[in-house]
Amino acid sequence: MSHDGNASVSRAENDETRSGSDEAAVAVAVAHLRVVRGDNDVLRDLTFDIAPGGVTGVLGPSGSGKTTLLRCILGIQIVTAGAVTVLGHPAGSRPLRSRVGYASQAASVYDDLSVVENLRYFAAALGAPASDVERVVTEVDLGSCAHRLAGRLSGGQRSRVSLAAAMLGTPQLLVLDEPTVGLDPVLREDLWALFHRLADRGTTLLVSSHVMDEAERCDSLLLLREGQVLAHESPAALKQGTGETSMDAAFLHLVRAA
Amino acid sequence: MTPRAFLATARRVLAQLMHDPRTVALMIVVPSVLMVLLRYVFDSTTVFNHLAPALLGFFPFLMMFLITSITMLRERTSGTLERLLTTPMAKIDLLAGYAIAFSVFAIVQVVVATLVSLWLGLSIAGNIGWLLVVAGLNAILGVALGLLASAFAHTEFQALQFMPVVVLPQLLLCGLFHPRDQMATVLRWLSDVMPLSYAVDALQRVTNSASLDGGYWRDTVVVLCCAIVGLCLAAATLRRRTR
Repeated sequence: MSHDGNASVSRAENDETRSGSDEAAVAVAVAHLRVVRGDNDVLRDLTFDIAPGGVTGVLGPSGSGKTTLLRCILGIQIVTAGAVTVLGHPAGSRPLRSRVGYASQAASVYDDLSVVENLRYFAAALGAPASDVERVVTEVDLGSCAHRLAGRLSGGQRSRVSLAAAMLGTPQLLVLDEPTVGLDPVLREDLWALFHRLADRGTTLLVSSHVMDEAERCDSLLLLREGQVLAHESPAALKQGTGETSMDAAFLHLVRAA
Repeated sequence: MTPRAFLATARRVLAQLMHDPRTVALMIVVPSVLMVLLRYVFDSTTVFNHLAPALLGFFPFLMMFLITSITMLRERTSGTLERLLTTPMAKIDLLAGYAIAFSVFAIVQVVVATLVSLWLGLSIAGNIGWLLVVAGLNAILGVALGLLASAFAHTEFQALQFMPVVVLPQLLLCGLFHPRDQMATVLRWLSDVMPLSYAVDALQRVTNSASLDGGYWRDTVVVLCCAIVGLCLAAATLRRRTR
């Protein structure tokens, strides 16, 4: 994990305002997590830790349990067994609600409000400073449509409103469920640059995707298949370990070996 | 409860309404138009004086029930509710924000309908302010029951079907169509447990007598308590964790 000078300073300041026990050695700790929905085993005994900082990609085919896993980390999923600890607290507990940002897969915004009205409201709900609205609008590059109704925006713009809302209040952990789905390549490039900028400032990001070529852009990967962790390592280590050159091939290699 | 989140919710709900001018216009104009109809269908000021005050209380209840159950259902299906429940905002900030925003709106609606009714010949013996208090409480009651009903609806069609279930029996049994003390015992009991009966009773007291008696206050407190109980039950249906 590397920081530039500014990021280290701001983290040091944060540390002073927080109690010592809050600064956990792992950002997310998942132990023996099981989720059963109906007669479907969605997550089967998952155990892994995610280190603070960096972008961790949660990858796997549709139906592999990515969204359910992210919902467990947010503490909004009823779990059958196991424990999820986030920044040293049980997932979903009160101290985490202003420290974990979340953008769901379908943009959760009010279509009958403008971009700025949406963000002002979420800022109030999060207890984030009102000045944050302008910052996140700039960061997701929505300045040109800040006063348009969210319902009139394109799909990509709408999902960026949701992403901007997740960034309000500068959370320590950002959980983003398929934030780049359906976006054009230029916009995807921009968003990945943004994710790495946030990571450089010390934010831990969890980004899910079912597109394997996005794996290359992550610092660390969590490959899911049928509710189980197939691999948890860096993209380079994954390719080296499997002897494949593309992420798609590496994933297939792992599936066949499992 | 945090004032900022609560006020922000009220402001947000009002802003959503303001972006929908057609709904606003309909909500403000329709009760007044119905009052005009009522006045000339019976063509009698006596009948109008009997029915109008109760309807001035019924409109905000009905409108707020409908608009709240649909809005809240949308909030559930669009994911915004789930998103809000991951923030530090208290559930009661959300619900109270809804209740206040819609009652402010209901007061506007009732003021317009009352002015039109007065122009049509309605005579109110008591203070109009006390009539508005009951109308405002009725709006909160409508919001509370609408929030509660939305928890049991999965689609907007289902939400609309709760209107005849929750609202119409109360209208039939509130004493507007038939005096409550002349109803069959079972119906009388049912009428006794329905909050709208107390609201209509309070409204008739304001209309018929210049001085407020204890009955008005008892009725008002009953409506207020039902609204608070409804909001609390609605809060209990908001779950942070779901399947």
